[in-house]
Amino acid sequence: MNWLAGTLGSSIGKKLMMALTGLGFCGFLAGHLAGNLTIYWGKNAFNSYAEHLHSLGPLITLAELGLLFFALIHILTGTTLFYQNLKARPFRYSVNKNAGGRTIGSRTMPYTGFILLSFIVLHLINFHFVDKTGTTIYQIVHGAFANPGYVAIYVFAMIVAAIHISHGFWSVFQTLGANHVKYMPFIKGVSIVFSLIVALGFGFLPVYLAYMV
Amino acid sequence: MTKTINLTLKIWRQKGPEAKGKLETYKANDIPTDMSFLEMIDVVNEKLTLEGKEPVAFDHDCREGICGMCGTVVNGRPHGSEKGTTLCQLHMRHFSDNDTIVIEPWRSRAFPIIKDLVVDRSALDKIIQAGGFISVNTGNAQDANAIPIPQETAELAMDAAACIGCGACVAACPNASAMLFLSAKVSQLALLPQGKPEAARRAVSMVREMDRLGFGNCSNETECEAECPKEISITNIARLNREFYKAGFFSSEK
Repeated sequence: MNWLAGTLGSSIGKKLMMALTGLGFCGFLAGHLAGNLTIYWGKNAFNSYAEHLHSLGPLITLAELGLLFFALIHILTGTTLFYQNLKARPFRYSVNKNAGGRTIGSRTMPYTGFILLSFIVLHLINFHFVDKTGTTIYQIVHGAFANPGYVAIYVFAMIVAAIHISHGFWSVFQTLGANHVKYMPFIKGVSIVFSLIVALGFGFLPVYLAYMV
Repeated sequence: MTKTINLTLKIWRQKGPEAKGKLETYKANDIPTDMSFLEMIDVVNEKLTLEGKEPVAFDHDCREGICGMCGTVVNGRPHGSEKGTTLCQLHMRHFSDNDTIVIEPWRSRAFPIIKDLVVDRSALDKIIQAGGFISVNTGNAQDANAIPIPQETAELAMDAAACIGCGACVAACPNASAMLFLSAKVSQLALLPQGKPEAARRAVSMVREMDRLGFGNCSNETECEAECPKEISITNIARLNREFYKAGFFSSEK
């Protein structure tokens, strides 16, 4: 299995791991958002979505372990890349200017990544590792967003997520080798649209729950 | 009558690889705007020499944009801010009177500074030595039409082969990665039938050598293709990725 470690451990291999796990998270976000949107149909719809989801039992545990595995790969590889890339230019330029290649997303990738990691920890503490006896998930969520501080943190985190995705999504295709003159403009467009969907779709929910229900 | 301009230059001066360098300020007065950037430095150097001072060391050779020898970072941009040109093709008409110009060497762990603006780019040669070639048995030349190559493919290979190995991609990359260089060198051979037999070994050993030399990792910032004097596209990097996956996962290459 030396060849596998050699391939995945190379700079392109690490790129590949970032791309595949990142694409996995994009898929997860799409599913998570679809579920969350049931909130607009009222608390019963949302609670019943949560119930149906949890009735899947072992499948959910499997998916959670899968996500955790993906997260470990994404975080450890990303951190390694961050340090290696810092080390590759020990002496910085005194004048820094770019030629228009970099975007706010590409420029901030490691930092938005670390912010998202701390957000995910908070998010799991808020809604996952929480005592759910004698209450419904809607009550827990609604209760949390009664605190304007949480609303602000969640909205901010979703903007950060959108910035991360705006570079991450099209990067997946470039990294997988799927850069084609015919399709790349479309992929870049989808990248922007998907990050806006994440920002607006997730980001508006806390505001809606806090001030409009 | 040729227009002339006066400039303030801040040039990186460093006596040797181990010495501590710093930006020093020089005046360049009455510079004709028809001059190239390198000729402007020549003028400064002549003045320094006459004053008995050490002239600024910088790399240059053909001065017509094809050898890949010249290159410094001018106001934060490798080869200056003009698109698709090397430093020797940058003319002083793109600057204004009383401009301040900061001139720095390529900065990368893989490119140690030799002196002033001169860096050691032999790391790029080592990447080529690791597999950027084809092995042929010499003998009679083949018939020119024996290996049909579509015009489009030949053009793509030629676009990749336009890389002059100046290292601007490494200098421009926020991660000091050499992926654009490597992708051009892998692409020019992978696209043609002559390059196919050794494609897998080439991709694996060149990537491995690049990693070993201390270049950074590509994170698709795309600064390289924007700064490349030969306008090499990052579609070559996508092709390199495909070549590497093919070699790593589907060939017997270890």
